[in-house]
Amino acid sequence: MTVPREMPEKWPRVRAPGGAEEERRVRANAREYNEKFQYASNCIKTSKYNIVTFLPVNLFEQFQEVANTYFLFLLILQLIPQISSLSWFTTIVPLVLVLTITAVKDATDDYFRHKSDNQVNNRQSQVLIGGVLRQEQWMNVRVGDIIKLENNQFVAADLLLLSSSEPHGLCYIETAELDGETNMKVRQAIPVTSELSDTSKLARFDGEVICEPPNNKLDKFGGTLYWKENKYPLSNQNMLLRGCVLRNTEWCFGLVIFAGPDTKLMQNSGRTKFKRTSIDRLMNTLVLWIFGFLVCMGVILAIGNAIWEHEVGVCFQIYLPWDEGVHSAFFSGFLSFWSYIIILNTVVPISLYVSVEVIRLGHSYFINWDKKMYCAKRRTPAEARTTTLNEELGQVEYIFSDKTGTLTQNIMVFSKCSVNGHSYGDVQDVLGHKAELGERPEPVDFSFNPLADPRFQFWDPSLLEAVKLGDPHVHEFFRLLSLCHTVMSEEKSEGELYYKAQSPDEGALVTAARNFGFVFRSRTPKTITVHELGRAITYQLLAILDFNNIRKRMSVIVRSPEGKIRLYCKGADTILLERLHPVNQDLTNVTTDHLNEYAGEGLRTLVLAYKDLEEGYYEDWSERLHRASSAAEAREDRLARLYDEVEHDMMLLGATAIEDKLQQGVPETIAILTLANIKIWVLTGDKQGEALLGWGSGLAGDEDIHGLDPICLGAVGQTLPPSAEPGSAHGFLSPETAVNIGYSCKMLTDDMTEVFVVTGHTVLEVREELRKAREKMMDASRSMGNGFSYQEKLSSSKLTSVLEAIAGEYALVINGHSLAHALEADMEVEFLETACACKAVICCRVTPLQKAQVVELVKKYKKAVTLAIGDGANDVSMIKTAHIGVGISGQEGIQAVLASDYSFSQFKFLQRLLLVHGRWSYLRMCKFLCYFFYKNFAFTMVHFWFGFFCGFSAQTVYDQYFITLYNIVYTSLPVLAMGVFDQDVPEQRSMEYPKLYEPGQLNLLFNKREFFICIAQGIYTSVLMFFIPYGVFADATRDDGAQLADYQSFAVTVATSLVIVVSVQIGLDTGFWTAINHFFIWGSLAAYFAILFAMHSDSLFQMFPNQFRFVGNAQNTLAQPTVWLTIALTTVVCIMPVVAFRFLKLDLKPELSDTVRYTQLVRKKQKTQHRCMRRVGRVGSRRSGYAFSHQEGFGELIMSGKNMRLSSLALSTFTARPSAGWIETLRKKKGSDGSTAGSPSGAADKTLKV
Amino acid sequence: KKMENKTSFLPQEGEVRPSRCPDNSAFKQQKLPAWKPQLTIATVLSSFFFTGTFCLSVGVCLILSANSVREIQIDYSDKCSDCSKLRENSSNWNKECHCSVNFTLKEDILGDVFMYYGLQNFYQNHRRYMISRSDAQLLGRNVNIQKSYCTPFTTYRNGTPMAPCGAIANSMFNDSIDLFYNLNSSVIQVPLLKTGNSWWTDKNVKFRNPKSYNLSSAFAGTARPPYWQKPVYLLDEEDERNNGYVNDDFIIWMRVSAFATFRNLYRRVRRIRQFADGLPAGNYSFHISYNFPVTKFKGRKHVILSTVVWSGGSNPFLGIAYVVSGTAATLTGFVITAVHLKLRKKKTYFQK
Repeated sequence: MTVPREMPEKWPRVRAPGGAEEERRVRANAREYNEKFQYASNCIKTSKYNIVTFLPVNLFEQFQEVANTYFLFLLILQLIPQISSLSWFTTIVPLVLVLTITAVKDATDDYFRHKSDNQVNNRQSQVLIGGVLRQEQWMNVRVGDIIKLENNQFVAADLLLLSSSEPHGLCYIETAELDGETNMKVRQAIPVTSELSDTSKLARFDGEVICEPPNNKLDKFGGTLYWKENKYPLSNQNMLLRGCVLRNTEWCFGLVIFAGPDTKLMQNSGRTKFKRTSIDRLMNTLVLWIFGFLVCMGVILAIGNAIWEHEVGVCFQIYLPWDEGVHSAFFSGFLSFWSYIIILNTVVPISLYVSVEVIRLGHSYFINWDKKMYCAKRRTPAEARTTTLNEELGQVEYIFSDKTGTLTQNIMVFSKCSVNGHSYGDVQDVLGHKAELGERPEPVDFSFNPLADPRFQFWDPSLLEAVKLGDPHVHEFFRLLSLCHTVMSEEKSEGELYYKAQSPDEGALVTAARNFGFVFRSRTPKTITVHELGRAITYQLLAILDFNNIRKRMSVIVRSPEGKIRLYCKGADTILLERLHPVNQDLTNVTTDHLNEYAGEGLRTLVLAYKDLEEGYYEDWSERLHRASSAAEAREDRLARLYDEVEHDMMLLGATAIEDKLQQGVPETIAILTLANIKIWVLTGDKQGEALLGWGSGLAGDEDIHGLDPICLGAVGQTLPPSAEPGSAHGFLSPETAVNIGYSCKMLTDDMTEVFVVTGHTVLEVREELRKAREKMMDASRSMGNGFSYQEKLSSSKLTSVLEAIAGEYALVINGHSLAHALEADMEVEFLETACACKAVICCRVTPLQKAQVVELVKKYKKAVTLAIGDGANDVSMIKTAHIGVGISGQEGIQAVLASDYSFSQFKFLQRLLLVHGRWSYLRMCKFLCYFFYKNFAFTMVHFWFGFFCGFSAQTVYDQYFITLYNIVYTSLPVLAMGVFDQDVPEQRSMEYPKLYEPGQLNLLFNKREFFICIAQGIYTSVLMFFIPYGVFADATRDDGAQLADYQSFAVTVATSLVIVVSVQIGLDTGFWTAINHFFIWGSLAAYFAILFAMHSDSLFQMFPNQFRFVGNAQNTLAQPTVWLTIALTTVVCIMPVVAFRFLKLDLKPELSDTVRYTQLVRKKQKTQHRCMRRVGRVGSRRSGYAFSHQEGFGELIMSGKNMRLSSLALSTFTARPSAGWIETLRKKKGSDGSTAGSPSGAADKTLKV
Repeated sequence: KKMENKTSFLPQEGEVRPSRCPDNSAFKQQKLPAWKPQLTIATVLSSFFFTGTFCLSVGVCLILSANSVREIQIDYSDKCSDCSKLRENSSNWNKECHCSVNFTLKEDILGDVFMYYGLQNFYQNHRRYMISRSDAQLLGRNVNIQKSYCTPFTTYRNGTPMAPCGAIANSMFNDSIDLFYNLNSSVIQVPLLKTGNSWWTDKNVKFRNPKSYNLSSAFAGTARPPYWQKPVYLLDEEDERNNGYVNDDFIIWMRVSAFATFRNLYRRVRRIRQFADGLPAGNYSFHISYNFPVTKFKGRKHVILSTVVWSGGSNPFLGIAYVVSGTAATLTGFVITAVHLKLRKKKTYFQK
């Protein structure tokens, strides 16, 4: 632990009156004292209502929806008799229906929130009250309490670690819930408190902590403990944060510093924003427009009414006097305005909103039910957690993905190696040729080795043969792997070995050595015991030259039983290859070729080397090392120089290649999504737990090295600084791993023109690098003969448009610290433009907040739909920020899932979610909306035309029951069925032709233009709907001589033809007639006639003569051939032009989906030929990566023996300890998952971190 | 070792969990069998040509049959100018005024002949006019018409309710028209039927007289609407079944028209004697008792004689509309054929 500096009095001691908390004072075991400050209790509340407040609050919220208020307003209008042109029930029935449905849904949601709140608040924890430990619920824990945690318990609040069962007050925590990192971390109590190990001592503890106010910085804490007149500085190293889980530690005590909503977890959870889809927003705009249109129509008709009453109505007063209170034509016009607002309001019926919700709910169920998105291994089906975003899934343009646990399984597999110029690991067939993928022979049989890990698989038998034949290079190679690492071993019973590696890479390497007969068995601070081909050999461990980010290598110096001192080193190729002895030149060339090959396959590579040390030299070096390590100042510099000195002139042994196992189907998914024109940005936090942002790490001005040189596929290593000045301990962090992943998931490909890496540490550098990238891209597009379009675009002087015209594929890799600058207000646009011009963007070492910022940035400047996918708590902010958040479920941490809108357990399901469900949802929603607006305009505008013939008196054309039922009964179900079930092309085709996804991104199916087309069609229909019957009825008589043109017959004729026309239209729109569609369409027609005859029946009239005035109308009117001829003519005239237009459009400008349908129809057998191209594996590109995902300092811990209770030293006691159960479970879990399943919680990825 | 069980925090393998795997049903997997109609050239063209043919033939039939309808329409609003002037002053409401209109039939009108009165510019479809009635009252029920929509024709100032109430009833057409056949200087009154002109449902269901031993007592305590010349129970003193609310003229009037210009069936020619085949050619005259004022609202009154065919009376619109749309559909069919053959892009989308 580094010695903290004296903590300055940073925070004013007083709390600003009424303002935010500026500093926090907490005294242990002093509830009264702490109560003064009124800190938040540990009770959390995410629910919105309780039983009493539900109704008023919910109604209040609902009436904040413009639509609901609008309908309430209409209802009030209808209650005024002078203007009521419709009965009140035409509005109140749908309104009450809508409000009830929404309220029920809200109530259910809130009930589940209550339940989860209760569950969390009622968790038990042991609180020290009055010297005794008492079981208390979490919500009763107060700031200043001392609580006891036991192994595997969740930390209840943000605690200051006081003491633990482990020596030196150490305790191990897992922070997966908090930051998504699945490795274990070590926290340590400050020495003075680590003595307080029993309750009596703790009860007397009365230290006072003065610290920072609550904030959301997970990796920072500053405060001071005042105790016994001493000051002790506190840092994040001493804190246990809520959401962590205690591991491998029997118990520990902690002092509550922040509770409930003040905890860093809750502060980080951010506010949940109500997400709306772009269709929602468009719909709201359109509804406003329609409302404007409505007012216009109202005004026109009101003016008409005023004129009519002035010219005609006045004379007509003998038969129809004006209402009381109406004394002028003008006032009559005013009243008629409101009357018309009432009858024309059906252009936006309230059922629109309900129907949209119903359709989305249906789509959500389809997602939940999808068997192809069910992961049998984890038993998790996909889940649509938000039911209101479905159609937006069909419009995604940007995907922001987390890496670890989302794209990768966080499982490292030893896959290839190069030993002494010979490459092993290619899958070979019987004849020794490289086998094609997919025809794998049997894996290598390791049964000769009783200690072999049964899960390890290797496909190349020649390596084992080489071991068996005693090839000294191969032996030395595996010896190095078994010695040079910081892995801990654990042997529960004889031969049952478990490795606990700090990084999964190391675990993979040591496991490989183990299977090939060099079994790392146990270690002590000074020795390492290895079973070499069955022979136990104990090496004396002289030194661990630990890894750090600048060195990018680690070495051990061991003395073999024979007494020879040897240094074993493994590290990044770029670093190590320069440190080899010149005699290695030839071997280096061969190995480099191999490295290129490995890197080309997206493998993470490491170079291994050794060096024999003279006894004398070592003595001398060791002496100097000792002095350096005890030096007071510049200790790190001096150590680094010494390490540097000894790791020189080494002999090359070979190289390893580790596969960072991708989740199943990731490359294919990414390839398909890319073909669907979706841009994928990987934002990875990649083991960046601590605040390691390397401010000013001495890399400034070093532009040539790590500036914006393109990585000419393989030149990454060169691009990156070979070493940095010693002393900048927190220096450069690797984008390489991320780049590797980029390649292996087919995000980056060899076809790419250039890959830019931005790693600048200052604002200027980053700006410069971004500028260079843009220049390069523009130069390229200019030189590629794209000059014309370039010039043209330039005139518009918008950089964005220039960059959009760029030819060639580029990729951008940006580091966290550069990103911090790039996201500043004055640079974000530049960054965005550069990034958006690239086909792929990878941001590494990104903090959770930055993830959200990146998403926010794209949302802000690009009018594009964004989707964020992640599995860890560190992705929560991004998931919440993006338009759509997807959580990977079935893992231990569920924070991401809880924050997400959709969840499933495999990244590959994303393609199905977007290309199938999203696409269909979008298509269906668009078709639904088009039809819906159409049918209501066709329905309502008839009143408008009728207005010109009825003295603008707001007389409706239809019976009021027809008006009430039209949207609820007669026309709702067919369009709902279409909105829920329609399919334009079968699901397989969506995957085969990812381009089918594009209309959604371009928003082609429902936009303002489409809306106007629908409206126009609706108005056209309404015109015919009114004027054809008008033409027929005026002066016409029935076949029995009676008048035909009575109002009621006219109403029935228009209503019937309307229902038939819109039914035919929905039939035309429905592309997928399931039985349900048939049932609803025919059923609606049948229902119309049934209800019509029922409403016009004698008995109903006898009961309510004033309500059912249309008695006898149906049978009298519909018996007339003229009426049916009118209906038929109306239908033909309304529908045939639509058919003609649709067919011509289809014939002349077919959409891709039309073509796909057409092709299917004629069954052309081109499927195989045009299947989406599967990219062939990349070959031979020089690009390196190195496999360390280490943190430094672990070596020190081993050598000090501090953590040796975990090691073989304490093995006998360890097995009896509870944590053994954890290992056991992990092993079981991993075993059950198999080697491909991958769970980040698998044993291999449990890493310890100090 | 005893602590091992206690501390396991991951779900155990053996633990039985209900399967969360979704059902493999066609519905849930969106694999329901479905008919996937598509617009192909064959279906589109056949539908257009079929529609065209259908419309054309129906249109021709309609025009032919409509042409066989004989119709005579006589505007008598100006021919009785004296009467119309008299009626402009409402104080003369009880003064009788008669006029006659002569016309000549050049050829016989064969078949059933219907006589209509036609009104122009009379807004029966005005909202306030249309709601101003009480169907409950017309059903003969003793309902409180105070609460009905009949205003302002509900009650008189002294509280006497109007029977029937409302603006529609009040404004009932009350001219009486008789038709005379001038044969060789003798004048024969053409026998006209005044019942059987309304819908059966109206006559038997929708309109009922209040029940009482006789009609006048049934309407006791009510008064006629202000514009009426006689109370409702005297509408047809000759025929008990055509009196009161069930009077055919009243029922027909109460079935309000959809438009401001309309014709209502008034009488049918009774096919007896020389009128057994219809109206023979010759000179005729209408004798009109002019009661209904129209000049105030710039209206016109007509009297119409017409026959009907299966599609109703003379109505050229429907036939013409059918012919036009049939032609349009056929033409569109040809246009589509041409466009499809000439302009359509080769289906090359896939070859990209």
